[in-house]
Amino acid sequence: MSLDQPMGTVNDVPRTAPVLEVQDLRTYLYTRWGTTKAVDGVSFSLGSGETLGIVGESGSGKSMLALSLVRLTPEPAGKIVGGRVMLNGRNVLDLTDRQMREVRGKEISMILQDPQQSLNPVFSVGDQLAEAIRVHDRDLDDKLIHERSVDALKSVHVPAPERRLKNFPHQMSGGMKQRIVGAMAMAYQPQVLVADEPTTALDVTIQAQYLRLLKDLQERTGVAIIVITHDFGVIAETCDRVAVMYAGRFVEEGPVEQIFDHPRHPYTRALLESRPKVDLKSTRLQSIDGQPPSLIDLPIGCRFAARCAYAIERCLAEYPPWFEITEAHAAACWRSEEVPWPSP
Amino acid sequence: MINAVRGLLTLFAVSILVFSLARLTGDPIDVLAPVDISREDEAALRERWGLNGSIWEQYVSFVGNASQGDFGPSFKYPTETAASVIAERLPASISLGIVATVLTLVIGVPLGILSAVKRGSWLDRIAKGLALFGQSVPEFWLAIMLIWFVAVRWNVVPTSGISGWQSYILPSIVISVFGIAALLRLFRSAMLETLGSEYVKLARLKGLSEFKVVWKHALKPASIAPLTFFGGIAVRMLTGATVVEIVFAWPGVGYLAYEAANARDFPVVQALALFTAAVIIIMNLLIDITYAYVDPRVRLGQKAIA
Repeated sequence: MSLDQPMGTVNDVPRTAPVLEVQDLRTYLYTRWGTTKAVDGVSFSLGSGETLGIVGESGSGKSMLALSLVRLTPEPAGKIVGGRVMLNGRNVLDLTDRQMREVRGKEISMILQDPQQSLNPVFSVGDQLAEAIRVHDRDLDDKLIHERSVDALKSVHVPAPERRLKNFPHQMSGGMKQRIVGAMAMAYQPQVLVADEPTTALDVTIQAQYLRLLKDLQERTGVAIIVITHDFGVIAETCDRVAVMYAGRFVEEGPVEQIFDHPRHPYTRALLESRPKVDLKSTRLQSIDGQPPSLIDLPIGCRFAARCAYAIERCLAEYPPWFEITEAHAAACWRSEEVPWPSP
Repeated sequence: MINAVRGLLTLFAVSILVFSLARLTGDPIDVLAPVDISREDEAALRERWGLNGSIWEQYVSFVGNASQGDFGPSFKYPTETAASVIAERLPASISLGIVATVLTLVIGVPLGILSAVKRGSWLDRIAKGLALFGQSVPEFWLAIMLIWFVAVRWNVVPTSGISGWQSYILPSIVISVFGIAALLRLFRSAMLETLGSEYVKLARLKGLSEFKVVWKHALKPASIAPLTFFGGIAVRMLTGATVVEIVFAWPGVGYLAYEAANARDFPVVQALALFTAAVIIIMNLLIDITYAYVDPRVRLGQKAIA
């Protein structure tokens, strides 16, 4: 398999036609220190009802990837410089701003990381929810909007929805706010929902509840979900497939069990090993030595090579293509077929 | 309610301060009465001006009368009371203050918002320049320059006094320049903050138009911080801008304050100081009420549920 062949065409789960197909997406940030290649040639596809996890360290470009899908990269530094984002068969990168606004919330929605920050403190929940409903349906009268708002809150299991609509964000807990953000995102039953670290800011007990809620919404509506996280626990709980992102690119992609049990990229393995484990005698957390490369000045070879215990000369000289391991599992590593790598 | 009580206490403290400061400047008889005044005349004058008795008696009668709107006769204009002197001058100051306040809001707020929205554009650069200029230029200098160029050389508007609406142009510009600059800067930085917030990102994610994103979701939370400041400058403008009124010979209370202080016209000075304090207190109460409207987090009597 060659490098420029989009991943989605190979690894597509043939369950349904893809609702979202990303091909060779590139998003660069133009800063005064240079051009940061935050997303540098990412491809994947997503079928309806499917959940893809994107996992990576902070700074791997995963949030920028999410924002690129809805074309909300930070202005004026962020620019989508190449690739295609096919949503329901059309490239959203070709749409006008007005058309793009029609797409947001209706075909693709997003849940942001911090529920404490993502609701406007000076407007009531009902006002903010009504807005999300009215924006794509201007003819609705107030009574219908109220009914739909109540339904939307019921769909995310918010108790006493009528009263909640009158509340302001500061009168609610973080978990409640994140549910309301979820209700807003799902108000139009979009085909794709991007959840950028949806549970990072929540308490552990609330986290599990929220993930179950997402699953529940998916079962009812068939929405395809992209979960962006650095937490393999979240991946294990929610995702069908997982893509591992490193320095702006995917380095491994496959079904969750295969990635967990048989990682084929040393980075994936290192990430899995650095998870805190309760059953381990050692009290020290595993970590990956070194720092991710600067996204301004990237090496020509494998971007992980400098930190990789198994790197060979070729890794430094040439960027590895995708190696197919099974029909759905691929890794961009020269030595992906040599597993298990010799222990150091 | 608590704020209203606090306001009254403040007013009381101001009355003591005003009363005692006025006495520190010396005996008005020495300044105003002829040097060769007879004993009888002096005693009569003291009686009439309320300068008899101990300092405490003077204060008590001052507060008692003041609470009924009576500040005594003006020393300088013996046929009038302090209150009537002020009432006569007030309309000129208030009308000028309203024009300047409107000018401040109409120019300062939109410019601040637009300069944040179009950050880095030529408009932003001009606005930033204007903000720097407005906050650093001395009022008297700007006033003199405007009089010299616009009124004297180009002869477009009158140089001083009130003679028709044209007279308002220069003084209102001079008074509002500082407020425009300050509001512009405050709105710009507050808008930059809210425009970069997560809730604005979420508003865009919902598919809202840029107009709604900027003028609703970013603007309302951004207006909280400048509100306090606006209260302050509105008071300054409504109670008479002394320097500007002097330069433009504007017959308002600002100019009156200057005249009265020079003439040791105690009753007028005291009445003016109390009047200004009262306006500040009322304005702060209004601002508090507006706060509760803008920011639901400061509304009283509401408890968090979840």
